[in-house]
Amino acid sequence: MSEFKITRRGLLKSSAAAGVALAAPTIFSSKAFAAGYLNEPTGKTVTFGFNVPQTGAYADEGADELRAYQLAVEHINGEGDGGMLNTFSSKALKGNGVNGKKVVYVTGDTQTKSDAARASAKRMIEKDGAIMITGGSSSGVAIAVQGLCQDAGVIFMAGLTHSNDTTGKDKRANGFRHFFNTEMTGAALAPVLKKNFGSDRVAYHLTADYTWGWSQEGSIKKYTEELGWKTAAAVRTPLGAGDFSQYITPVLNSGADVLVLNHYGRDMVNSLTQAVQFGLRDKQVNGKDFAIVVPLYSRLMAQGAGENVKGIFGSTNWHWSLQDEGSQAFVKSFGKKYGFPPSQAAHTTYCQAILYADACQRAGTFRPSGVGKALEGFKFDGLGNGPTEYRAEDHQCFKDVLVVKGKENPTSKFDVLEVVEVTPRAQVEYPASLLGGELGPYNDGK
Amino acid sequence: MHPTSITKKDLLLFAVFTAAVLAGPIILKPIGAGYPDLLQKFAIYGIFALGFNILFGLTGYLSFGHAAFLGVGSYTAVWTFKLLSMNPVPAIIFATLMGGLFSALIGYVSLRRSGIYFSILTLAFAQMCYNMAYSVLTPITNGETGLQLAQSDPRALDVAFGRDYGAVLPSSDLFGLEMTGYPGFYFCAVMLIICFYITLRIFRSPFGMMLRAVKSNQNRLNYTGVNTRPYALTAFIISGMFAGLAGGLLAVTDPLAGAERMQWTASGEVVLMTILGGAGTLLGPVIGAGAIKYFENIFSAFNKGILNNIFDFLPDFLQQVAVSVSSMFVGEGWHLTLGALFMVIVIFLPGGLMEGVSRISNLLSRRRSDGGSGGTPHPEPAE
Repeated sequence: MSEFKITRRGLLKSSAAAGVALAAPTIFSSKAFAAGYLNEPTGKTVTFGFNVPQTGAYADEGADELRAYQLAVEHINGEGDGGMLNTFSSKALKGNGVNGKKVVYVTGDTQTKSDAARASAKRMIEKDGAIMITGGSSSGVAIAVQGLCQDAGVIFMAGLTHSNDTTGKDKRANGFRHFFNTEMTGAALAPVLKKNFGSDRVAYHLTADYTWGWSQEGSIKKYTEELGWKTAAAVRTPLGAGDFSQYITPVLNSGADVLVLNHYGRDMVNSLTQAVQFGLRDKQVNGKDFAIVVPLYSRLMAQGAGENVKGIFGSTNWHWSLQDEGSQAFVKSFGKKYGFPPSQAAHTTYCQAILYADACQRAGTFRPSGVGKALEGFKFDGLGNGPTEYRAEDHQCFKDVLVVKGKENPTSKFDVLEVVEVTPRAQVEYPASLLGGELGPYNDGK
Repeated sequence: MHPTSITKKDLLLFAVFTAAVLAGPIILKPIGAGYPDLLQKFAIYGIFALGFNILFGLTGYLSFGHAAFLGVGSYTAVWTFKLLSMNPVPAIIFATLMGGLFSALIGYVSLRRSGIYFSILTLAFAQMCYNMAYSVLTPITNGETGLQLAQSDPRALDVAFGRDYGAVLPSSDLFGLEMTGYPGFYFCAVMLIICFYITLRIFRSPFGMMLRAVKSNQNRLNYTGVNTRPYALTAFIISGMFAGLAGGLLAVTDPLAGAERMQWTASGEVVLMTILGGAGTLLGPVIGAGAIKYFENIFSAFNKGILNNIFDFLPDFLQQVAVSVSSMFVGEGWHLTLGALFMVIVIFLPGGLMEGVSRISNLLSRRRSDGGSGGTPHPEPAE
């Protein structure tokens, strides 16, 4: 037995020594020590990382985001018709890539799960050398990936994320958001709701149970209760529930006359369809017609819900039927490549890719702190939302908000929403301190 | 057939395993897996599968709820970070203990039944844990968003030792060595090697023999007056602790815990890993875990552009065909590839990848000994 023990000790010793010897070269040769900042592009190309949901409740949005990213890369590299680069107020990008480097990209599937999203973002940063991560169609994922990018030291350009927390409580210096948030939705939607439904309504909330749902429920409650509405109940539903009938039945007996669906993607399609099938919209409660509100709308969802969206109010970041030059150029270029109009998810991600590339070009570097400084307080126009500003205090874009309604007489299967009101930026702006959180310092990676 | 003490061969296997794990970054570089995050996943899920194999491979009890212990471990580790210290050592100790505690509770109830009833019970318990993490326990788990660190966390031990992280969000570090990138991998790798050694000892112990006896004929044991339940429960708790440790390590390398780690698909994943690699073998589960994580991370990342490059050598129309056919199996279709591979393995190599390895080595040794006695059988138990 003693012989065995000696062997084991010797074995452990030698294996430990072997481990150190093997580890040493990898540690010293690791990229992090060689460059001035993480993933500094040294060749002829620069790599963007597109992290979108390809499976799960938000897969439709993710697919559209990826199409938009591919289009944006084409335009930045000078292929295709240039899209919104022609209408963009900044003329730094010349259609020859960014800082003289051609843009290439890698993709990943977030699966609409924080874990999977972080794993695929890490892969793109550590293995593929991505200089920037962008995408996502869920606030939970966006916040998780934003935290990761901050820790790793790359810029995160948030995709479709609507929760206040992304640029509020959980904001990070390396993270930037073009999309609007629930605070703006509440401020824009409330006056329209008052005009159409009056000021003595009782609302019942069904809320997707994660950061975005909570945020939206809070904002809608805040603004509708200011109008004089009451809130009967706010019920949390799991993300991707599929069947909402058990949540809809109690609505009928709650005394509420408005149902607020804080759902998005396929959840919204399912919950709205089921609410309509239960005959909620034909009911009379408290002597008033029962109404349904979907605070965050997108064309993809409206299309999925079909007939059921007619006359239902909500807000959106952008809609393809807008008549300004930028929107027209984007719809034309996207339509030519894919054969149908882009969604708001596609629009915001396209803008984010262009805005990032433009900021790198203006800063003359890909260093996160340099790029961040170029984005802070950046004022621009021509990207479909009118004059827009990237506010320096919280890295949130401020622009006009669209209040939309499901169209009563759609002319095509894409023509499902009509713009009811364009709420000006001044009406939806709030002080950065309202939502709390700390940006902290930029991280350029070690 | 099954030795109950460590043999020279086992030591050799252990030495090779240790060297291979530590040299992972170099060995795996050529297949595109030599980057820290995936290496960490290999090591962590290797531990998870090793633990699962102690239960499933030895006793034959098929648990469909092991992800619950993984999730519990993650939540415990993140809470340890928040309340005590960013040092990974207390985090993984508490994660392991919590995994053990939960598995003791769930195992005590579930092991009253065997076979399919046991599987369904564990599945039910895991699903309960998942749903509770998602709904009523939201104050503890932060629901769908996942439990994350905040600058304002108390971190009592760190404060007591005067450690201040300043304005940035802290990340876990072992006495100053940050647990991200390669240091994080080596931390997980050392854990994996320790766990592998423990598993080796269990496989070669009288206790391991008893577990195998439970698998081959539990009734006979009962008739001879042996109470098998304590053995099975011990195996269940050990595997639960391995899962808790793996969950804790997931949080160490990336301080975030989400409920989706407890979902039944995650429980199914570890079953796949073990069967793919070879249930009841020592190395199999680790290899299975590596294979599945490799597919998940590398195959899901292939897009049309990469495929076009691969098939660039073909004429244009052939390239298009090849790309459109193969794109069904990569990117979002990686599950399809995994499913096909799994079917092939289960049909042709019921003993998993390890059976393939031993068949090849048998073939080689037979050839070497010139068709003699058929060579020495592989040291792994075949079940």
